[in-house]
Amino acid sequence: MSFREQFEIPAKYKMWSLILMAVGLVSILVGYFMYGTGDEHTNARFWAVLLYNSVYFLLIVNAAMFFICATTLAMGGWQMSFRRVAEAISTAVIPIGIITGVILIALVVGHKHHIYHWITPDPNDHILMGKTGFLNPTFFIVWTSLTLIGWIFLGAKMRSVSREIDNGGPLSAEEGKKYIFKNTIWGSLYLVWFGLTVASTVPWLWFMSIDAHWYSTMYSWYTFASSFVAGISLITLYVIYLKNQGYLELVNQEHLHDLGKFMFAFSVFWTYLWFSQYMLIWYANIPEETVYFKHRVQGPYRGIFFLNLIINFIAPLLILMRRSSKRNYTLLVFMSVLIIFGHWIDFYQMVIASVSKEHVELGLFDFGVAAGFIGLIMWATGNALSKHSLINRNHPFLKESIIHHT
Amino acid sequence: MAKKKFVVGCFDDEKVLFPAVKKVRKAGYKIHDVYTPFPIHGLDQAMGLRDTSLHTAGFIYGITGTTTALTFMSWVFNKDWPLNIGGKPHFPLPAFIPITFELTVLFSAVGMVLTFCYLCQLAPFVKKHHFHARATDDLFVMVLECTSRTNEADAKAFLESVGAKEINVQEAEDGWWLGRYAKEQKLYSTPSENSLA
Repeated sequence: MSFREQFEIPAKYKMWSLILMAVGLVSILVGYFMYGTGDEHTNARFWAVLLYNSVYFLLIVNAAMFFICATTLAMGGWQMSFRRVAEAISTAVIPIGIITGVILIALVVGHKHHIYHWITPDPNDHILMGKTGFLNPTFFIVWTSLTLIGWIFLGAKMRSVSREIDNGGPLSAEEGKKYIFKNTIWGSLYLVWFGLTVASTVPWLWFMSIDAHWYSTMYSWYTFASSFVAGISLITLYVIYLKNQGYLELVNQEHLHDLGKFMFAFSVFWTYLWFSQYMLIWYANIPEETVYFKHRVQGPYRGIFFLNLIINFIAPLLILMRRSSKRNYTLLVFMSVLIIFGHWIDFYQMVIASVSKEHVELGLFDFGVAAGFIGLIMWATGNALSKHSLINRNHPFLKESIIHHT
Repeated sequence: MAKKKFVVGCFDDEKVLFPAVKKVRKAGYKIHDVYTPFPIHGLDQAMGLRDTSLHTAGFIYGITGTTTALTFMSWVFNKDWPLNIGGKPHFPLPAFIPITFELTVLFSAVGMVLTFCYLCQLAPFVKKHHFHARATDDLFVMVLECTSRTNEADAKAFLESVGAKEINVQEAEDGWWLGRYAKEQKLYSTPSENSLA
């Protein structure tokens, strides 16, 4: 059996990634002239759309690296046959991380008071004044930069560790142990940084501070679950795409089944956090807490709020529950696209519903910017895939992946 | 429940067992079951067993639990004994969800355990016939069921040819509730014709 280890970017793929990126750029330009130059309210829409799109797509490509590190630490071997795909997706953290960093810093430096009203708090506002130790422009800029640099650096390190055994022969038992230990060290460093950022502080700073008076202890986990399940869906999409192109001979239904399990399980986990956040606030019914849900559940965002729950909970629960549906390529592609779209809608309502509480605006501008980021992910992932072998052929756990059986 | 005759072959290696299962099926013998000390991936496919429908049963028990919880609570709080609890509506769905979840899990868990016991023919006070005591320790025990067309001697010879270490013929009731009480309790006695059940 011969393997097609080297991915060649199909012309059609390249064309689509460029078209989507062009659509994104045009959307940003048109959006800037439509909204960016307007009064504070329309201006806020422009920046809010950039904010949720960039952060969403950054977090889902970053989730690919989280997936690699988590499975590395768990001594997992089953993911080895498509690990390079997740690695390639995680290279998109570099361009999208830079774009997100620029947008976030521009928001603070440009005093986008309508989005982050903690930038210039009213001295009589005791709640906001009490939070200034955390919510202040300096801390925001420093912590955001550190976060992005950490993700980019540690992710690149994990990828280079993965590639460093490509050119030698098979590892001896001793070398293999050392190699796994090295992977574990870098993987755990990444995970610690990931825990300090995505799983706690970063969603507070980037998203929760839009409603600066309100807080929820579930918020960061909720954001993490959202981005992780969408990230797994993105990996699944790429794995199936490459299989259809005739690559990844070692991946079979067993691996797909496990990816489907992740999609199913983390959809349920997301719902658990969604519900925990909602139910406690609903039950206590304290005005300063319910302010977050007021315009979402009883206001103009009611439709999107429940659509979010249907797409991200009911659909995966009922469709992915069966064993046969997790082993069905077509159905998994459908569910991946649905989940990625569903969590995009989730991020949309997390940000936009707080920025413009009175009107729902979801239009071509939103979709155009999203298309731009999708094109960027395709471009970065395609390039990374074509640069290196698709199979980590000397990895000690590769055999475990070949004989994997669920 | 009628007594049946079984030809029992014991294997001491997984690598021998797998091809043996395939050859035995190809030769047309009826495999009653294969008893192994630990779960073996892929053995069910090799034996040609269909996927279990235990999960379908679990799903049905689960939705039974969901409907039980929701109908009972809404009946209590709307019809039987309406109470005003902190000004909440009489059908406070979010407050019902945790209990609904718990009952869904409870129904499906208990239901699946009972169904599993039924499928495996396990119940309190029912003793199952053990074809070989070491099946829970270090032997892989393949049991062929003798039909009217089975020649015992041929079956034994065939099992030997595919690598079985110990081969014997046993009579047992494979049925439900009427499992024989094993009288011989010595664990490591060599199986022979006189240890027949």
